[in-house]
Amino acid sequence: MDTVIHTTKLTKRFGSFIAANEITFDVYRGEIFGFLGANGAGKTTAMRMLCGLSKPSSGTAAIAGFDIYKQTEEIKKNIGYMSQKFSLYEDLTVLENIRFFGGIYGLSDKQLKEKSEQLIATLGMKNETKKMVGALPLGWKQKLSFSVAILHEPKIVFLDEPTGGVDPVTRRQFWDLIYEAADNGITVFVTTHYMDEAEYCNRISMMVDGEIKALNTPAKLKQQYSATSMDEVFYELARGAKRSE
Amino acid sequence: MDNILTFIKKEFLHVFRDRKTLLMLFGLPIVQIILFGFALTNEITNAKIAVCDYAKDDASQHIIGKLQASQQFEIQSALLSHEQIGTAFKGGEIKMAIVFPANFNNDLLHQHKAQVQLITDASDPNTATAISGYANQIVMDYQNDLMQLQRLPYQINTEVRMIYNPELKAAVNFVPGVMSLILLLVCVLMTSVAIVKEKETGTMEILLVSPFNPFLVIVSKAVPYLALSLINLTIILLLSVFVLGMPINGSILLLYAVSTLFIITALSLGLLISNSTASQQSAMLISLMGMLVPSILFTGFMFPLENMPYPLQLVSHIIPAKWYYIIVKSVMVKGLGLSAIWKETLILLTMTVLLLVFNIKKFKIRLT
Repeated sequence: MDTVIHTTKLTKRFGSFIAANEITFDVYRGEIFGFLGANGAGKTTAMRMLCGLSKPSSGTAAIAGFDIYKQTEEIKKNIGYMSQKFSLYEDLTVLENIRFFGGIYGLSDKQLKEKSEQLIATLGMKNETKKMVGALPLGWKQKLSFSVAILHEPKIVFLDEPTGGVDPVTRRQFWDLIYEAADNGITVFVTTHYMDEAEYCNRISMMVDGEIKALNTPAKLKQQYSATSMDEVFYELARGAKRSE
Repeated sequence: MDNILTFIKKEFLHVFRDRKTLLMLFGLPIVQIILFGFALTNEITNAKIAVCDYAKDDASQHIIGKLQASQQFEIQSALLSHEQIGTAFKGGEIKMAIVFPANFNNDLLHQHKAQVQLITDASDPNTATAISGYANQIVMDYQNDLMQLQRLPYQINTEVRMIYNPELKAAVNFVPGVMSLILLLVCVLMTSVAIVKEKETGTMEILLVSPFNPFLVIVSKAVPYLALSLINLTIILLLSVFVLGMPINGSILLLYAVSTLFIITALSLGLLISNSTASQQSAMLISLMGMLVPSILFTGFMFPLENMPYPLQLVSHIIPAKWYYIIVKSVMVKGLGLSAIWKETLILLTMTVLLLVFNIKKFKIRLT
């Protein structure tokens, strides 16, 4: 299997506080990798390092085969990112948002046209293309946001709690989009708080106090902690945490 | 290169979508010029005065006639006694009272000396000084009329020439002031808010993850405001030439060149503010209180810098608008060239370079 994310002892310190402590893991091509942990466990810090938003204090990592220190520009071209906050422009229309984000990733006009038509058809938003994004319901915004994040066909897409505040039906639809992306060979790296969503992932890592305490498939994790659900696994692991918000 | 055009287009969309702000941006210079041009002048016209004439003779009538004929004064009432003067002032009806003692003409002709009393409402000291000055002038005029009848052995005539602004138009003072304020407002306030908005909504993070160069993010954000500022500048200049009748005496090209420099200074200030704040409200507050208010105080177009205590004069040196104001006055009003303003231009240029270097350093730190 191709390795698309490879980290060795990746560490981030803020003064004396160690937000992420010697994280070592691999993520394979086309897999849906769940990155779990309680608030303050260091998930976002780790993810920000992988995206090039934050410089590691020590350790090494390669994203899509590129070095995290030296080849950040190459990494940026090969990843997509969707943050916790809804992050499209509310005062631009659906189409303008698609065009803009496609444009800054260097898609040509022809590609942009094809891609945006395809995307709008998939999302069933034909009648909304000229609407301001701010006027759309949250669920649609999130789906649009995800589709925009993978518009340039990245090798990996990072999703930071993408389904926060969204209703269960929309969440289900959102995961359909994630599966579709994974089927197309895009690796999905996702953080979440919802344990039912954790079950949808191929593999899961659990972060506690800045360290990865467990990493396996949901089924094996349940077996390992003799739990019936991911909820129980999470409680079992997070109970020992010293840090919490 | 295509990328940056995409980005700039998006910035223009933001600006045009926000109709209220856009209206404010273009309305503001027009309103300010018209307000300063026609309403908020410190020229005195038709100040209401009261006359208390105990003399009622040739000389006093003559002076009263002159007062009435002047544009500065409007005689509101003729009072019969001193007691009424206090009442008139308390009512706030009049700005000045003029008292002619009995035998005014008599004293003048036979003792060669007579007195007129001017009483002004000095609760507004500037107006009081200006009004008494005008009145004095009119009395002097009358005296000169008399003197022409008889020759004095020695006589000094002062010949006053008001250069650069012979008609003493207030526009000469406030148009450059309004220019610097509007440019500051558009560039500092709007730019800082626009950048902080991206941080606040989380789109900045998305942009930083993208391969788009972060410096170009800043450049693209500045472009629409640079364009808006140049349009505003043109509106102000057109209004001042065609509505206020204040010609541009120097090179228009030079004026635009130094204005562009000042715009870039202001944009870098806006950038500095956006780099150090996390919310639109604080960006707005810092821009208004930290930039605009000191600029109004220390530019010199509302309050003369020469009258300020020395430490405050030193403070004024670090206000970019002060230097721009001097440059605009020199080019627009005095018609001077670059050789006369190179020092101020160099100061602005240095400030801009320092601000930009500081911004770039700060921006890099923020990324890691």
